[in-house]
Amino acid sequence: MIKFFLLVNKQGQMRLTRYYEPMEIHKRTLLEADIIKNCLPRTKDQCSFVEYKDVKLVYRQYAALFVVIGIDDAENELAVYELIHNFVEVLDNYFSRVAFIYKARDPACLPNHFLSLPCHDH
Amino acid sequence: MKKELAALKEQVSVPTTSLKQMRECLVRLIYCEMLGYEASFGYIHAIKLAQQGSLMEKRVGYLAVSLFLNESHELLLLLVNTVLKDLQSTNLLEVCMALTVASQLFPPDMIPAVLPLVEEKLQHSKEIIRRKAVLTLYKFYLIAPNQVQHIHDKFRKALCDRDPGVMAASLHIYLLLIKENPGGYKDLTGSFVTILKQVVGGKLAVDFNYHSVPAPWLQIQLLRILRLLGKDDQITSELMYDVLDESLRRAEINHNITYAILFECIQTVYTIHPKADLLEKAAKCNGKFILSPKNNLKYLGLKALTYVVQQDLNLVLQHQMTIIECLDHPDPIIKRETLELLYRITNAQNVAVIVQKMLDYLRQSKDEYITISLVGKVAENPQTYAPNNAWFIQTMNAVFSIGGDMIPSDIPNNFLRLLAEGFDDEAEDKQLRLYAVNSYLALLEKNIQYPQRFLQVMSWVLGEYSYLKTEAKPEDIIQNLHCLLGKCSASLETKAWILSAITKLFRLTQNVKALPEVLQNYGNSTDSCLRQCSFELQQLVENREIMGTVLPLDASCDDIVVDASLSFLDGFVADALGRGAAPYKPHHQRQEEKLSQEKVLNFEPYGLSFTTSPQASCVTGRQSPAGLSFSSEISCNSTEPGLKDSDSLKLDGVKKVWGKEGYLRKKKESKEETLSPNSKSSVTTDRSSTAEKTAGVTAEEQEKQLLASSLFVGLGSNNSVSLMGKTQSTTQKFWRKSKIVEGQNSHEKTMHAQKAAVPSLAQIPNLMDNVLERCNPFQESKAILLGKKASDSAEASTEEPAQESDKTWTPSDNLKTIKAVPSASKESFSGLFADGNLDIIQPTNCSSVRVAHEPISSLTPSLPLEFAKLSHSQFELVRANENIALFSCKVWKEDCLLIVLSFTNRSSIEVTNAMVNFALTEELQACESTDFTFPLVESLTTVKCQLCLQMVKPCAQVLLTGHVTYHLESSQCTQEEFALAVFLSDFIRPLKLSTEEFGHLWLSLPNDVKQNLSFTSNSPEALTSALHILQQELKLHIVDIIGTEGIVACQLLPSTSCLLHCRFHAGILSVWLRSGCCVLPDCLLYEWQKVIQKV
Repeated sequence: MIKFFLLVNKQGQMRLTRYYEPMEIHKRTLLEADIIKNCLPRTKDQCSFVEYKDVKLVYRQYAALFVVIGIDDAENELAVYELIHNFVEVLDNYFSRVAFIYKARDPACLPNHFLSLPCHDH
Repeated sequence: MKKELAALKEQVSVPTTSLKQMRECLVRLIYCEMLGYEASFGYIHAIKLAQQGSLMEKRVGYLAVSLFLNESHELLLLLVNTVLKDLQSTNLLEVCMALTVASQLFPPDMIPAVLPLVEEKLQHSKEIIRRKAVLTLYKFYLIAPNQVQHIHDKFRKALCDRDPGVMAASLHIYLLLIKENPGGYKDLTGSFVTILKQVVGGKLAVDFNYHSVPAPWLQIQLLRILRLLGKDDQITSELMYDVLDESLRRAEINHNITYAILFECIQTVYTIHPKADLLEKAAKCNGKFILSPKNNLKYLGLKALTYVVQQDLNLVLQHQMTIIECLDHPDPIIKRETLELLYRITNAQNVAVIVQKMLDYLRQSKDEYITISLVGKVAENPQTYAPNNAWFIQTMNAVFSIGGDMIPSDIPNNFLRLLAEGFDDEAEDKQLRLYAVNSYLALLEKNIQYPQRFLQVMSWVLGEYSYLKTEAKPEDIIQNLHCLLGKCSASLETKAWILSAITKLFRLTQNVKALPEVLQNYGNSTDSCLRQCSFELQQLVENREIMGTVLPLDASCDDIVVDASLSFLDGFVADALGRGAAPYKPHHQRQEEKLSQEKVLNFEPYGLSFTTSPQASCVTGRQSPAGLSFSSEISCNSTEPGLKDSDSLKLDGVKKVWGKEGYLRKKKESKEETLSPNSKSSVTTDRSSTAEKTAGVTAEEQEKQLLASSLFVGLGSNNSVSLMGKTQSTTQKFWRKSKIVEGQNSHEKTMHAQKAAVPSLAQIPNLMDNVLERCNPFQESKAILLGKKASDSAEASTEEPAQESDKTWTPSDNLKTIKAVPSASKESFSGLFADGNLDIIQPTNCSSVRVAHEPISSLTPSLPLEFAKLSHSQFELVRANENIALFSCKVWKEDCLLIVLSFTNRSSIEVTNAMVNFALTEELQACESTDFTFPLVESLTTVKCQLCLQMVKPCAQVLLTGHVTYHLESSQCTQEEFALAVFLSDFIRPLKLSTEEFGHLWLSLPNDVKQNLSFTSNSPEALTSALHILQQELKLHIVDIIGTEGIVACQLLPSTSCLLHCRFHAGILSVWLRSGCCVLPDCLLYEWQKVIQKV
């Protein structure tokens, strides 16, 4: 089960968030800060999965942008890791090779199926 | 951001803002919330936009709503009508949006409103709608499983949908269903295997490929389902060997996603019934993971290994050097995963090394969450495997000081219990305790700050067991503890622990020099607990005799007999009552009275019964006769039996924790130890051979190998596949291994032995049944295919039998088979599930039996006169062969369900020693014996037996199975199995109550469920007619109907009552059920929905 989906840039600023479980806004901010602290400092040769409380974080870096997905125990980390890439490929296709970071600032421009992505499907 | 928010707030509140501008505002608001700024003022506008806007605005509105609100938000109610309207819209996109929002936001109590519409969408012509509908139902199932119970058959149809997307969506539901009840879906194994085979074989459209791997996520999902189905089931497992082999083979491309699939494959191969050849391949794949230079793969390999060691330890031995390297890996995540693996392979010989490694990691780790989970594991290991006393105590000390106050309280509790209960050897216990006392005294000398929990443990041990250390003076220890007490670092709770330790220590000495100081410091403490402790101390020191009985030596685990009814207070209470005090009422009674008083106005003048309450209140301040006030908080009126019961119940629970027998040990993960002399020697030879091989390597390597040999000692052997069957060491002195663990192991062994008997006797008839039934539909499927080949036959052909099966449900009836057309014709279609490619065929086994034995209808028995008067069902054929026939009939008696089973001898010779035996499941209970014998049944005659049944555990449907054995003349004994379905409604009886009794009972029932049912008719008579249908169909009793409200009562035999309160308003019937049993209301609602559907 995917719990949340985050896009963070290298400076640690949140670019896009999507939670599949209700969470209060101030708790989200705390969680995001913690996640940034946990994921961003890791080097490229370290593994892309991080344990954070009862969530497992899977992250992948694209240039200056990190995609972080929070999953539960039952999920296959590597499959989620590839899911990120699939997502990026879809974006790439949809926006025909525009650096999607800038487009992603406006959520209305994203394909609807992303923001309404069911929390269990790819 | 704040400025932007203020501007937005202003703009949305201006009425002239156009919808288009509003759309822009909402998009901005979404982004604000995403960045962590609350924008709750915009929520209502989002809902409005979703209600009013045209397509584009609607989309943004819905999007905003789904991002802003959650299931419990009150504004959600405003959305229901919009969603309903859009669900009925002809515009595809609107329906899609509505389904998405319903799946994301709807709470359980709003589901009934949209459920019929969503169900309808399962038949929609567009696949995207069908897929969304399936996903919406999946979400509904997640949050309210009982509400979608009736749609299970439709899920099967979704699984066979022509569109792979819909099929994939339905897998989510099946994964969940099978996880809950693996036995119920075994018949679908063939279908899942076929689907996986086609996916792996590349029969899906190219759109589904990801980096030229066909639908990887779908494959993963299927592998998970197969894993659940094949677990502990040889016959089912055999069906999937081929496809697993193929998956392992196909996934050879070097890409992350294939590794993800491989990982699932490995898990599945190791979960299902083992097959040597597959295991070998899986092990080889696992090697690829572990040895990979990529950290992601290494991590996954370790994870897989952790899973695999539960079945097979040998794999760990193969990779021991890699594991050692991972232990010193620069990435802490990998290290952590390695420790997890080591934890699984811990045994008595390697425990010291492994615990050392874990503690090392703990010292470096800063993360609170990791510390908690790891500390638990560290603490568990020494308790199970400690090699000696000193090591055990030292390790636990390390755990307590590193873990600090983050460690969960059960660790110190378990540790103390171990110390207190001791083991078989008295001398050993003493030594252990003495060692603990010594080490704590030494630690206290050091004058370092220790965590609270550690201090508590120390003070308890010192209080209990200081007497073992004869050379130390109790006064010194008291002094020590008193010092500790004075430090501000100790919390109040810890202080209470220390104070009670001091109290215990005073028992050992006549010297009370330190006493006044203690009393002075804590006798007037602001904390009532500390004050109580010091008063107790004072009392006890003054009266040595009581002290001896209250605080005996070494009796911490003797049962303390507590007078739960507090009978020694009887006199006191009688006195108080005599002086006019109000009798004591338990809490819930007071609450109820308060509630009922709130509801009605009180016209009676108030009495004067409370005038003497000051006297009654002295109950709490009293000193109990024994000079103790352990129970001062509980004041109890022993004239009230109900209260006495509840109190004694609580105290029993408390006592259990400390009782010797009653305490239930936390179940440990069973770990297999393989310490037989054989395996040991093989390990040593293994080691020596590896040593020879690597004779020339560097010292560093040798060090690693040394570590390896200490870590992996005692694991594995040359035997492959399974370790379960191996004997356990008896030579090892294994003093900490409890009997429970041993019991578990032996139990496991026998389980395994049964599994290994291939195939077990009970499975053979099943298998035969399956085979027979599978042949039948296959032929039929061909016939149908010939008949209506290209047409959409799948849906039409399943519809009818599915409905019929509802009525005559038998286990084999449930079997539906999916057969793909022979592969030759498959090629002509581009996609896998193109038109007509998949057909579901429903076997009609039951009716075929009936046809074959047409003549027996003349034998249909009649009911005995005494029962014929009661309401009863028709006799139905249960089982028949050429010699005998079994019929059953249900008689709904007032106090039970009576099953009348008739046994007819159809042969021309007499039948002897016929025996009927019913096997009851836990849901049912029989009033008398479940076995019946008939010594002699003449040719062409019928005998009958009766079984009285009651339902102990509510359940929508139970299968009552049984078998009949008989002898035909002197020939061999023949056995026939049979099964009858009994339903919840068979056990429901009207509960005749007056309105007043209903009101009383209503308050006393603890469990309630509310649900809204939508009605098509809006007339005020709808309620009355609905209730009368219920009365007829479910045998409920209508207590009263007033206007739009009605109350209904029923009981489930033997004696569980359930009350219903219905209110009809604007086409919606809100039902409120209350019952003494928490499952019954759900079941009843389900029955009701079935009845409504039928009508």
